[in-house]
Amino acid sequence: MLNIKNLHVQLEDEDKQILKGVDLTVEAGKVHAIMGPNGSGKSTLSYVLSGKGGYEVTDGSATLDGESLLELEAEERAAAGLFLAFQYPVEIPGVGNMTFLRTAVNAQRKARGEDEMSAAEFLKEVRATAKSLKIDADMLKRPVNVGFSGGEKKRNEILQMAMLSPKMCILDETDSGLDVDAMKLVAEGVNALRDENRGFLVITHYQRLLDHIKPDVVHIMANGRIIKSGGPELALEVENNGYADILAEVE
Amino acid sequence: MAALDQTQVKEGIDQETVDTVREVGGAYKYGWETEIEMEYAPKGLSPDIVRLISEKNEEPEWMTEWRLQAYERWLTKEEPNWAMVDYPEIDFQDQYYYARPKSMEVKPKSLDEVDPKLLETYKKLGIPLKEQMILAGVEGAEDAPAEGRKVAVDAVFDSVSVGTTFQAELKAAGVIFCSISEAIREHPELVKKYLGTVVPVSDNFYATLNSAVFSDGSFVYVPPGVRCPMELSTYFRINAENTGQFERTLIIADKGSYVSYLEGCTAPARDIAQLHAAVVEIIVEEDAEVKYSTVQNWYPGDENGKGGIYNFVTKRADCRGDRSKIMWTQVETGSAVTWKYPSCILRGNESQGEFYSIAIANNYQQADTGTKMVHLGKNTKSRIVSKGISAGHAQNTYRGLVSMHPKAKNARNYTQCDSLLIGNKCGAHTVPYIEVKNNSARVEHEATTSKVDDEQLFYCRSRGMDEEEAVALVVNGFCKDVLQALPMEFAMEAQQLVAISLEGSVG
Ligand SMILES: Nc1ncnc2c1ncn2[C@@H]1O[C@H](COP(=O)(O)OP(=O)(O)O)[C@@H](O)[C@H]1O
Ligand SMILES: [Mg+2]
Repeated sequence: MLNIKNLHVQLEDEDKQILKGVDLTVEAGKVHAIMGPNGSGKSTLSYVLSGKGGYEVTDGSATLDGESLLELEAEERAAAGLFLAFQYPVEIPGVGNMTFLRTAVNAQRKARGEDEMSAAEFLKEVRATAKSLKIDADMLKRPVNVGFSGGEKKRNEILQMAMLSPKMCILDETDSGLDVDAMKLVAEGVNALRDENRGFLVITHYQRLLDHIKPDVVHIMANGRIIKSGGPELALEVENNGYADILAEVE
Repeated sequence: MAALDQTQVKEGIDQETVDTVREVGGAYKYGWETEIEMEYAPKGLSPDIVRLISEKNEEPEWMTEWRLQAYERWLTKEEPNWAMVDYPEIDFQDQYYYARPKSMEVKPKSLDEVDPKLLETYKKLGIPLKEQMILAGVEGAEDAPAEGRKVAVDAVFDSVSVGTTFQAELKAAGVIFCSISEAIREHPELVKKYLGTVVPVSDNFYATLNSAVFSDGSFVYVPPGVRCPMELSTYFRINAENTGQFERTLIIADKGSYVSYLEGCTAPARDIAQLHAAVVEIIVEEDAEVKYSTVQNWYPGDENGKGGIYNFVTKRADCRGDRSKIMWTQVETGSAVTWKYPSCILRGNESQGEFYSIAIANNYQQADTGTKMVHLGKNTKSRIVSKGISAGHAQNTYRGLVSMHPKAKNARNYTQCDSLLIGNKCGAHTVPYIEVKNNSARVEHEATTSKVDDEQLFYCRSRGMDEEEAVALVVNGFCKDVLQALPMEFAMEAQQLVAISLEGSVG
């Protein structure tokens, strides 16, 4: 599904290499986790995949179901089925959450040549989805992420993910800053979306999220590279011993 | 369902908006011209031209005199140059001051005598089907079910009002809604009593010019205690080349009455700039309330700043009676140069003035707009909410005066002035003038300037919206407080305009 090969990325304005040859394949139906110390390039990877400006790909490739992502505009990647749950969701004052979501859903449908959802249809679906994620209907009316608590922001990302039903979901530290209950809610939301046609790339700092979202594969990223991959037990190893041992092992 | 639609509009951009923008595909939407045979008065300005305009409108002697006096005053006046706008000198003798469709030479007795091309024009202007039918004089059109809410329309094409809808129904309620030329003939006592009492003939250069040469416009009178049964709306359109448009609008809300009035404007795309100098006078008597909404979408010139409308407009409301209320809402997206300050004279005790404004300037547009709140009476209140958006090389200035006179005890003003910049070649300026002559008055002023944030745009795009949709969404969010003040129909139109007028502003 998602195929990343030898991906090299540097900053556009600065001669600074951030990703130094990332190789990663996520198959449909699988959940891959990426762990790694701060500053290792995890967020950069998620931004580059979803088309944020300011980065330059100097080498390598990234494809989704065989289609190269790197030439596409951000919105084309979204329409192709890629979704990023942001580490820091952005506030958009004055724009209702519902309006935002409907505009997004219909923009993607249109890009794919599908019929747009009517206002009534959309309303029904968004209400049902919000309910299943235990999101208060009131949150739908408020402006996008404005004045949302940390937990609300992250749940809002999951709501968007559920409404857009992407093929490939990337979650960037969706658990950070959440208490245990909020994290459980987020994990339940993700688990409800797991199916054999959908891939997940879960970026996290802590093992605890992976207690709730059971990964198939765990990767360790450091200094712009995946330095080790393994099963869920790798996450536990990090939890117990930190990154030092793994880093030393690779050196 | 209706309630649902409403929520969607009020929340921000609607999908239909985006579709319309797509269909329109970049260009100024109203840039076509209608090929209609026109009758022109000779170019230039002289007492003869003034007399001719008066004669064409079959005006009584007193009106002709009034105009001629204005003309004499105009000769002694100089063009103002204090606004933060810059444009080539206007040759006032190289303009036509009167143009009207030939088919109107003999006033149509019924609307089916109106040139079909004119009616085609209304269609393109988005005038609702029912009004088109009525304007077209289709038999029984008045009884046909209207789609949605009723709006009575007066259409002014170049200099001439070509038809007003729903006249009978309004008459039954006692409301007079007609062209000002008709009002001068049919209701001279009202016109004499009120014309020039809010914006005096000698008020300013453009208002004086307008007083001499105005050719038509709309007239509204709402009698005491009457709530006008529908929205009243005027569509202004400049079609003819090299023609100035000088409409004159006079609205009188008598004691305890209420009226909501909408004004929409468009003009064809032309290389040569055109002049528009309108005057709007509103009189609000005791306990009366007037809402005046404008969506001004005159041709802004091309992306290099060529052509466009020079919009020099004087709009003023006089809240004469106690507890009277005026609310101005404007969405200014068009014109090459805008010079416009809808004002409120808060004369009556406890009278209230509100001003909600969205001004968008893109490419080489220049907008210098704002309001004046003149507090004369006790316990008067005013509120100003201004949203200025600048993109491209545009300059956008908010200029506002709040004046608290000695007798305006306990008067209150709140001003909120927000500017949004798109790109880094444009400018936003805020010029508040505050005069307080009594110490019980309170004036609050808040101003912010922000930029459309790349993070916001990326967030929207990562969810599937393209860049233009994303900008429109963010900007509509920024304007939300003002969009909410507009009547439903206009809110939709305004959202589309916001999107259209910002096309090509990013990337
Ligand atoms: N736009 C940027 N400007 C400057 N430095 C950046 C930028 N984006 C990322 N970096 C740098 O790249 C490295 C990787 O950052 P990031 O991808 O956020 O790591 P992680 O998400 O793993 O903590 C860090 O050293 C960070 O400072
Ligand atoms: Mg990060």
